[in-house]
Amino acid sequence: MWKHHKKLERHSLLLVIGILVVVAIGGLVEISPLFYLESTIEKVDGIRPYTPLELAGRDIYVREGCYVCHSQMIRPLRDEVERYGHYSLAAESMYDHPFQWGSKRTGPDLARVGGKYSDGWQIDHLTNPRAVVPESVMPPYAFLAKKDLDYRDIADKLRAQRTVGVPYSDAMIANAVTDLETQADPFASGGTALKKRYGPKVNQRDFDGQPDRISDMDALIAYLQMLGTTVDFTTYKADAGENLR
Amino acid sequence: MAAIDGPKGTATSGAGLLAGLLGLGVFITIFMASRTHDPRFMVHAYIFMAAFTLALAVLVIGISADRFVQSEDKYEDGVIRAGVIASLFWGVVGMLVGVVIASQLSWPNLFYFPELGWLNFGRLRPLHTSAVVFAFGGNVLIATSFYVVQRTCKARLAGGIAPWVVFWGYQLFIILAATGYLMGVTQSREYAEPEWYVDIWLTIVWVTYLLVFLGTIWKRKEPHIYVANWFYLAFIVTVAMLHIVNNLAVPVSPLSSHSYSLFSGVQDALVQWWYGHNAVGFFLTAGFLAIMYYFIPKRAERPVYSYRLSIVHFWALIFIYIWAGPHHLHYTALPQWAQTLGMTFSIMLWMPSWGGMINGLMTLSGAWDKLRTDAVMRMLIASLAFYGMSTFEGPVMSVRAVNALSHYTDWTIGHVHSGALGWVGFVSFGAIYCLVPWLWKRPRLYSDRLVEWHFWIATIGILLYIAAMWVSGIMEGLMWREYTSEGFLAYSFVQTVQAKHVANMVRALGGLLYLSGTLIMVYNVWRTIRGDVAALETNAVLVQPAASGPVPTGTAAAQ
Repeated sequence: MWKHHKKLERHSLLLVIGILVVVAIGGLVEISPLFYLESTIEKVDGIRPYTPLELAGRDIYVREGCYVCHSQMIRPLRDEVERYGHYSLAAESMYDHPFQWGSKRTGPDLARVGGKYSDGWQIDHLTNPRAVVPESVMPPYAFLAKKDLDYRDIADKLRAQRTVGVPYSDAMIANAVTDLETQADPFASGGTALKKRYGPKVNQRDFDGQPDRISDMDALIAYLQMLGTTVDFTTYKADAGENLR
Repeated sequence: MAAIDGPKGTATSGAGLLAGLLGLGVFITIFMASRTHDPRFMVHAYIFMAAFTLALAVLVIGISADRFVQSEDKYEDGVIRAGVIASLFWGVVGMLVGVVIASQLSWPNLFYFPELGWLNFGRLRPLHTSAVVFAFGGNVLIATSFYVVQRTCKARLAGGIAPWVVFWGYQLFIILAATGYLMGVTQSREYAEPEWYVDIWLTIVWVTYLLVFLGTIWKRKEPHIYVANWFYLAFIVTVAMLHIVNNLAVPVSPLSSHSYSLFSGVQDALVQWWYGHNAVGFFLTAGFLAIMYYFIPKRAERPVYSYRLSIVHFWALIFIYIWAGPHHLHYTALPQWAQTLGMTFSIMLWMPSWGGMINGLMTLSGAWDKLRTDAVMRMLIASLAFYGMSTFEGPVMSVRAVNALSHYTDWTIGHVHSGALGWVGFVSFGAIYCLVPWLWKRPRLYSDRLVEWHFWIATIGILLYIAAMWVSGIMEGLMWREYTSEGFLAYSFVQTVQAKHVANMVRALGGLLYLSGTLIMVYNVWRTIRGDVAALETNAVLVQPAASGPVPTGTAAAQ
């Protein structure tokens, strides 16, 4: 055996090929089945693509590095389910490019933060976290409300999302700008069309309390307020055979 | 430069070609900067353009002055000297940012500025991790690999000016990544945050690096490829594979700084942690084991303890490491079979990890007295002790029942830092302390006593850091799951934040001590480069082996 190893030590290309084969195996065996095993993602009702405003808010969530301190993955442990709500399903992040499960809880999990707090609380908390929660160590995000949301490329974003597999329709892409503006304005006329495209549960209101502008704060709060609210748990049977993984 | 056999006076080919490519690059980046609507993309286009223009100017001046004539009978050490200086520079930057963000978590009212969003924790944390892992660690790996591959192959680095392209290309990658984080350009993939165009740039640099390394091995005058070079090869090849697969993404537009991952949700999570864990496994372990396999035998003037153990643990380590990623996703929506596989292989990984540690420690057989007399040797050996500790702690934390407690807590942060500060940091410092006198032709370091100070200050810093994180991590994990006798959750989340305050301050102090040690090292290295010797130590016994001493080879250890 030791003699045979000498061949590898004398031929650099054999060594490189040997290394490549050895390091490829683990990933192939673990990752590739996730793309074809049907049990990987549960069948649930209610999952939908993000609205343009929510997608823009999600990009701000990524930009500010919120994932560094907040997870979006509730584990099926008693304390987590009681603290945060139903454990997270794979289906709930099936349109998340990239995923935002996180790895650290310097702050609490946000997988089901949607609807837990009012928009006003979110604005106050984001502007100065310690004004609302004195012990918090979260950074202040007051600048979000002072910055107009740049959504010139929102249609491009939807198109790129469709390229990686999110089922945005032609109509969704064509109306991306209108839908975005509509969602941040409770008096906009396009609400019916927005809800027809993205579902009746879509929140349409002025999220940041500044009716005259669409700010980064609007987008981020629109995203936060829908987190974990889409799945219809009345039709989801956790202990059904196909959901045991 | 040490003399080696070989043809003399070979002119560097490719400088002209490179100048042409750079010129093309300048035009492309001007076009991109003028057409984009994305301000952050524009900044990066200008940084690219400035870097290409500067490189082009240097090249043109160099070609016209005939500066690129290189002699094959000498080692290329200039790029290694540059690498050592870059390592120290980025090390100080990365550790300083670490102290800043630790202070932000300890004193949020002092270290956050409401109008300066780019100084918030979420943007600085990737800057810290990338600066220490990729800027400090990456420069140490590139510099040492260039040193080791030349000495163990008895050949000059291949590719003419290509090693310099690797060096400066890598610094450009670091600058693009760092400025990107501050501007909020991120893919949100931990340890792979840079966006698509920076990833493409790194791929070009990395492939050049692989070719330079392999090319040098092809020119070798030794029949055997030394064991350190196996580890460097595994590190370079595997990081290329991980980098490319994990960063597959579709840009919003060719002129946008933003992209969306090709994968989503559960698949994306496993791809990312397959990458993330093996950034640890191959960047921070295999690469630094290569450093161990050269510098410890060399410093101890002993052959590697066991040749067979190095073969067994090399193949076992690289095979098993790749499987360990799913232990980052215990109890998540990842299917349980994948979690179980990840946990099983993580536990198996304990053995090859300790195989490497034993091979390094036992190399000191017959030279244990150096632990007492040689602070650099002690640093190298202490790094192995920390390596052994964190590669035992890792498998423990990968067990699902333990992970239920430790995941999402500071315990993970403590675990990472016992590996990063103890293992990666100390083995790098040890290697740099060896390299500086060798590269600058100095008989010894400026001061051995300052190495002692560095060692003890940094060690105390590490112990404070990891002890604080064990306390806060296990405490918050227990508090999250604690129930009152009536069956209600005992603590709100923010009570656990409040409870960590003291531990957070101790952590910041530990980091500050570690940074102070590094600053002492920078001073010591600077004085050594100047050629000074500390006044009190002029008569001290020289403990450094001669720079031109024999190179330990695979065959020397074999029989």
